[in-house]
Amino acid sequence: MNALVVAADATEKIGDPALNITIFGAFVLVTLVVVFRASRNNKTAADYYAAGRSFTGPQNGTAIAGDYLSAASFLGICGAIALNGYDGFLYSIGFLVAWLVALLLVAELLRNTGRFTMADVLSFRLKERPVRMVAALSTLAVVFFYLLAQMAGAGGLVALLLGIEGTAAQGVVIAVVGALMILYVLVGGMKGTTWVQIIKAVLLIVGAGVMTLWVLAKYGFSLSDVIQGAVDTAGEGGEALVGPGKQYGATAMSQLNFLSLALALVLGTAGLPHVLMRFYTVPSAKEARRSVVWAIWLIGIFYLFTLVLGYGAGALVGPDKIKAAPGGQNSAAPLLAYELGGTVLLALISAIAFATILAVVAGLTITAATSFAHDIYASVIKKGQVRPDGEVRVARITVVAIGVLAIVGGIFANGQNVAFLVALAFAVAASANLPTILCSLFWKRFNTSGALWSMWGGLISCLVLITFSPVVSGKVDPKTGDSLSMIKDTGVDFHLISLENPGLITIPLAFVLGIVGTLISKEKSSPERYAEMEVRSLTGAGSEKAVVH
Amino acid sequence: MTDTTGGSIETDYQRVQRSDEFQDLKRRFRRFVFPMTALFLVWYFVYVLLADYAHDFMATKVWGNITVGLLLGLGQFVSTFAITMVYARWANNRQDPVAERLRLHIEQGVVDGGSDPTSGPTGGDAA
Repeated sequence: MNALVVAADATEKIGDPALNITIFGAFVLVTLVVVFRASRNNKTAADYYAAGRSFTGPQNGTAIAGDYLSAASFLGICGAIALNGYDGFLYSIGFLVAWLVALLLVAELLRNTGRFTMADVLSFRLKERPVRMVAALSTLAVVFFYLLAQMAGAGGLVALLLGIEGTAAQGVVIAVVGALMILYVLVGGMKGTTWVQIIKAVLLIVGAGVMTLWVLAKYGFSLSDVIQGAVDTAGEGGEALVGPGKQYGATAMSQLNFLSLALALVLGTAGLPHVLMRFYTVPSAKEARRSVVWAIWLIGIFYLFTLVLGYGAGALVGPDKIKAAPGGQNSAAPLLAYELGGTVLLALISAIAFATILAVVAGLTITAATSFAHDIYASVIKKGQVRPDGEVRVARITVVAIGVLAIVGGIFANGQNVAFLVALAFAVAASANLPTILCSLFWKRFNTSGALWSMWGGLISCLVLITFSPVVSGKVDPKTGDSLSMIKDTGVDFHLISLENPGLITIPLAFVLGIVGTLISKEKSSPERYAEMEVRSLTGAGSEKAVVH
Repeated sequence: MTDTTGGSIETDYQRVQRSDEFQDLKRRFRRFVFPMTALFLVWYFVYVLLADYAHDFMATKVWGNITVGLLLGLGQFVSTFAITMVYARWANNRQDPVAERLRLHIEQGVVDGGSDPTSGPTGGDAA
C-alpha cells in the first residue's frame, strides 16, 4: 500500500454519521427510561449512594465490569495491540490480575465495615475528621484525573465516530455527554448509574465477542494465523509484533517506566474509589465476593477478546491506515468493525464506545459526589449534625458542580495528550489509598498518624513527581522535534526526573510512611474499636443491611 | 455505641474476638489469603520482569506464532481464573457457615454464655 492511497483513505469519511447518532440515541433513550424507572424508590441516603444495597452479586459484577472497562480499555488496548503487538497485551494483564487484590484482601472486609465510602472504613478506628478529609481529597483527585481523561477522550471519539470536526462542534458534543451524565446521576442515583453500567457492559462484551468470532472465523479459528496476518500486513519489521519490547523496550528508562506502570496497575485497582463504592450496593459480603468473581470472569474474557481484536485490526486494517485515521491508535477497533461488517457494525460499535464513556463518567461522578457530601460536608464541616436528606441534597448539588467542571475541563483538554491521567489515577489510588486500607484492615497497631502520613505522603509525592516528569514538560520526539509532553512549547522544560509513572517510588514510600508514622506516634490504638472492626469485617455482624421498600 | 466507651469493661466484640471459634476463623482466613496473595504477586512480577527484560526468551516460538510470552500471558489469565474459583469455593464452604453463626450470635446478643441483649451493637451507625 503506498502513501498516496493511505492519504486518500484517511480523508474519505467512513461509515454513516447519521446511523451512528441514531443508534447512540436509541441507547440513550432506553437507558433514560430505565433510569427514571429505577429512581422511583430513591428515598434515603442508602438508596441514593448505594442503590439500597439491593443489587445481586452477578448484577453488581456486571456493573463493575461496565465501570472498569472504559473507552481506554476497549479502544486503547485494541489500538495498542494493533500497533505495538504484544506490549499492548501486557497492559490488560495488569488490569486483570489486580482484581485478585480486591477479591482476597479488600472487597468483603470493606463491605462489612463501611457504609458508603472508602473513608468509612478508615475512620472506623482512627480519628474521624482528619482521616476523612484526606481520604475524600484523594478520592476527588483520583476521580478528577479519571474523569478529565474520559471527557477529553470523548472529543477525539466524536471526530472519529460521528464525523464531527472543528473544536466548537466537538465542544458541543462534550457538553451533551456531560449533560446526559448529570441527568443520569441526578435522577437515578447509584441505582440508575448501575443499570446504565450493566446495559453498557452487556452491549460491550457481546459486541466485542461477535467481532472476535468474526475475526477468528476469517482465519480458520487459529490465533497463530491472525498474528501471522498482522505480521504480514505490517510488512517490514512486522515480526516485532509477536514478542515484547516494541513499545516499552526501547531504552532502560522505558523499561523502568513499564515496571512502574505494572506496579501501579496491579495495586491501584483495589484503591480506586469508584470501584470500592460498588461493593456497598450489594446486601452482604457474600454477594460482594460473588460480584468480584463475576467481574473477574467478564473482564478477563473481554481482555482475551481484545487480544484477538487488536491483532485482527493489525491484520485486516493495517497500521498505516490506523495511524492515518482521525483518532489514530484509538480508531483501530472501529475501523476493524467497518472492515468486517460495514456501516451497520461500525455504527453499533461506535454507539457502544460512546455508551462506555457515558457509563464510566456517571460512575465517577456519583463517587465524587458521595465522597464530598458524606465525608467532607456531613462529617467534617457539619460534624455529623446533618439530616440524611440534607446530605443527599448536597450530593445532588455536587453532581451538577462536578458535571459542569467535567464539561469545561473536557472542552479545554480536548485534543490534549491526557492518556497519562488514567495512569496517574491508578498511581494515586495505589499510593494514597491502598496502603492505608490494608494497614487499617490488617494491622492492629496502625493509627491516625500512620494513615495521615501515608495518605498525604502518597498523594503529594504522586502529584509532585508527575509535575516534574517528562509527561508534563520536556519530552521531545527525537525524529520530528515535536513535543510529546502536555506542555506543547518545547522551550518550556522543567522536568527533573525521567520516570513517567511515579508508582515505583510513591507506592513503597507510602507503605514506609504508614509504618513510620504509626511507630513514632504516641497515640494509643483502641483495642475495643479494633476488636469491633476485626469481628465485623470477618463475620459481617452489624454490617449495613439492604433497604427494604 | 454504649459498649465502646468503658475502659476496663470488655465489649461483646472483644469477647467474640477472644473466642476460639473467631480466632480459628481469622487464622484460617489469613493462612489462605496471605500466601495466595504472595503467590500471585510473585508470579505476576516474574512475568512482568520477563516481558520487560527477557525479550528474546519471550519471543521464542513454541508453534506457529504462539510464543512463550503469549503462553505465559495467557497463563496469567488461567491462574487468575483458577485462584478466583478456588477462593470462592473455599470461602463459601469453609468460612461462611462459621461467620454466619458468629454474626447471628452477636446480633442476637448471645455471646459466650449470654450477655444483656440490649447492650449489643445496634447496626451500622458506628462507621
